[in-house]
Amino acid sequence: MKKLVKGNEAVVIGALVAGCDAYYGYPITPASEIAHAASEYFLPLGKVFVQAECEIGAINMVFGSSSSGQRVLTASSGPGISLKMEGISYLAGAQLPCVIVNVQRVGPGLGNIGPEQSDYFQVVKGGGHGDYRNIVLAPASVEETYRMTIEAFDLADKWRTPVFLLTDATLGQMMEPIDICEEPTQRADKPWALDAKASSNDNLVTSIYLDFDDMESHIGGLHEKYRQITETEARADVYGAAVPEIVLTGYGITGRMLHSAVDELEKRGIAATLIRPQTLWPFPSKVYQDTVKPGVPVLSVELSRGQFIEDVRLSLPGHQVKWFGRVGGNLPELGELVEQAEKCLEEASNV
Amino acid sequence: MSKVFEKSPAFFDTFERKPSMQKTTHYCPGCGHGIIGKIIADQLAELGLQDQAIFVGPVGCGVFIYYYFESSAVSSAHGRASAVATGVSRANPDAVTISYQGDGDLAAIGTSNAIHAANRGENMIVFFVNNNIYGMTGGQLAPTTLIDQVATTAPYGRSIKNDGFPLRMAEMMAGLEAPTLVARVGVNNPRNIRQATKVIKKGLEIQRDKKGYAFIEILSQCPTNWKKEPKEACEWIDEVVSKQYPFGVFKDLTEEREAVERPCKRVEFAEVAKQLGLVETAASDSKQLEMAHDEMHFKFAGFGGQGVLSLGMMLAQMSMQRNMEVTWLPSYGPEVRGGVANSSVVVSKTPIGTPVVDNPNVLVALNRPSLEKFGPLVPEDGLIVYNSSLIDQIPADLKCKVYALPATDLASTVGTVKAANVVVLGFIARKTGMFELADLEVFLCETFKKPALQEVNLKAVNAGWQAAGNL
Repeated sequence: MKKLVKGNEAVVIGALVAGCDAYYGYPITPASEIAHAASEYFLPLGKVFVQAECEIGAINMVFGSSSSGQRVLTASSGPGISLKMEGISYLAGAQLPCVIVNVQRVGPGLGNIGPEQSDYFQVVKGGGHGDYRNIVLAPASVEETYRMTIEAFDLADKWRTPVFLLTDATLGQMMEPIDICEEPTQRADKPWALDAKASSNDNLVTSIYLDFDDMESHIGGLHEKYRQITETEARADVYGAAVPEIVLTGYGITGRMLHSAVDELEKRGIAATLIRPQTLWPFPSKVYQDTVKPGVPVLSVELSRGQFIEDVRLSLPGHQVKWFGRVGGNLPELGELVEQAEKCLEEASNV
Repeated sequence: MSKVFEKSPAFFDTFERKPSMQKTTHYCPGCGHGIIGKIIADQLAELGLQDQAIFVGPVGCGVFIYYYFESSAVSSAHGRASAVATGVSRANPDAVTISYQGDGDLAAIGTSNAIHAANRGENMIVFFVNNNIYGMTGGQLAPTTLIDQVATTAPYGRSIKNDGFPLRMAEMMAGLEAPTLVARVGVNNPRNIRQATKVIKKGLEIQRDKKGYAFIEILSQCPTNWKKEPKEACEWIDEVVSKQYPFGVFKDLTEEREAVERPCKRVEFAEVAKQLGLVETAASDSKQLEMAHDEMHFKFAGFGGQGVLSLGMMLAQMSMQRNMEVTWLPSYGPEVRGGVANSSVVVSKTPIGTPVVDNPNVLVALNRPSLEKFGPLVPEDGLIVYNSSLIDQIPADLKCKVYALPATDLASTVGTVKAANVVVLGFIARKTGMFELADLEVFLCETFKKPALQEVNLKAVNAGWQAAGNL
């Protein structure tokens, strides 16, 4: 059943299809439609919806609900995610599954409500205190936003970890059709969850381990889990020429624009390939290593001044990777991307 | 001989959640926490609520509350216990949710979360242990520290000028409408302990009966950080502390309150589909739209309020129903300023890359700034429709076919200027050859359910359609 919806609404529909039980959030542009849709649909279905007093309140309600075994969703944009970071560290430490959406806007500070991808470090590299990781999914269309939301709940349950969906103002506000039908989801058994019955009296959800050795072993356990996630969950969409003269890379809305750039370059007789990571953590480094041959120039595009590119460079040690991007709420024009790619190719051939 | 004192069955026999010294508590000698825990445990056991209880621990001396109670428990971030308890309570409507918080946790860093949980009337009981000092972190100033009382961050005593007044939380909570029970009790002598026991029992009964929010402030002695002997600390509560924080029941609506049920349901997909308004439609017309290009780019621009966003949405919706790939993107950033709004629509036979429209095949400009801004970007084989009711002068640098459509005037004659966007819809549907008039009429009847709206929009679309035939 096709429905034309905004990316933000697609999150809520995906959550409902995944059997999400509760939404806790605080209003912020450009993420507010997620709260609007959640309140519209969750309450009549007898699900939990609370507009919290603050972002910190919202993420801690998520903590409480997730401790109780619920599938829980919250969403915000950069400034709100900054406030949530303490709670996200606790969720990671206590190994609580939940889905957090960041509809990126422009920063730092109040910035503006246009699209940017400048929360990459914040979301992908941590943001909160301590030695933890979150799975980060990066959709590039409304349909993928919907699909990845469903998947995010399964991943969160499977690995007992918070999962981020990293979108942006463009993806959140734009409308595209999504195809909604019943989807199989893997809701995990949660024998560890808090419950109002005797069988759960021994259950304790915590992130504190006073004994140093206990804490070291807890952190070791987390990182063994992260190693397994890195081995199994990293993925990227690869599109374009089998033997590229140039590789373009970007995630989310930028990746999608580069998809058009690959087509345009092909029309001009240039074989280009796009690598669009669908998971930002774990980062699909192997896809880069398999796709990018020595000497082939790489153009990395993002709506920030060089965050995403660090992971591209880490994936391709010794390789020349060129940055291009726009910030402040601006999106690059297709012509601009093609021009940058041609320039990058020309520079490489002059070396 | 009958037993008059024993360890509560609501406590663990051995404190196995504690890493060491599992037979003793972590509290200092003479601390009030142990007495408070004993009262809560006894009352949970007496009311048979131990298995229903879920403890939410704070950060502070109460952080390890879960060492002792044989109930499920969660430890929260500093100040957030009431928010975490909100999530616990909503997820477990049958639980007795217990938030156990100290004065730094509840009255300083977590005041907002505490007050809002109270104001929502969450089904939870909050034990607010007020010993007017930060215990765990080493005797710093609390919001509840008394005037002139010395703390490690108030070495010269609390000064009103520097630190403000001691905060009376129970009185603040009692000022809210939602709480069912608000009281302040003490555990510094047998008489106060008896009173505290009565109030705590009542608070737990409220939880059992789901009658909403209970807030019990407990003045507790902290000999260690007060630098007093335990006996002296108990006496100081009566002589000094309780003068600032008087004992009493400030609010009790137990009798008149009804149970508050908050649903927490899991539902089948069918119910979700119904709520989303999804309807199984008959297999839609598999014939795709006829278009001048395999992918068409549209830009609809005008003043905010002229319906340029919904115009784009209608085109996208109709194209989707004809099995086309579509994207709709509203204007953003600097374009929003100056009252110019626009939406970009891409309609394509194949999956769409960028949703951004730089060079539209079709531009609809409902005001002059948008014609000036986007007109020159339309390529030679494109078309521009501008609203000649509002635009009297067109830019010189337009390269393509330009149509002057008096959209506002035509809309006005059918009944409302608000329908100008539907006039345009009729016009471009005919000019691009994408839709038949009948398609438009069916779509508008599905979109506008109210007969009056339906009528005016049908007239508007017809007016646009006719105009396209004449121009």
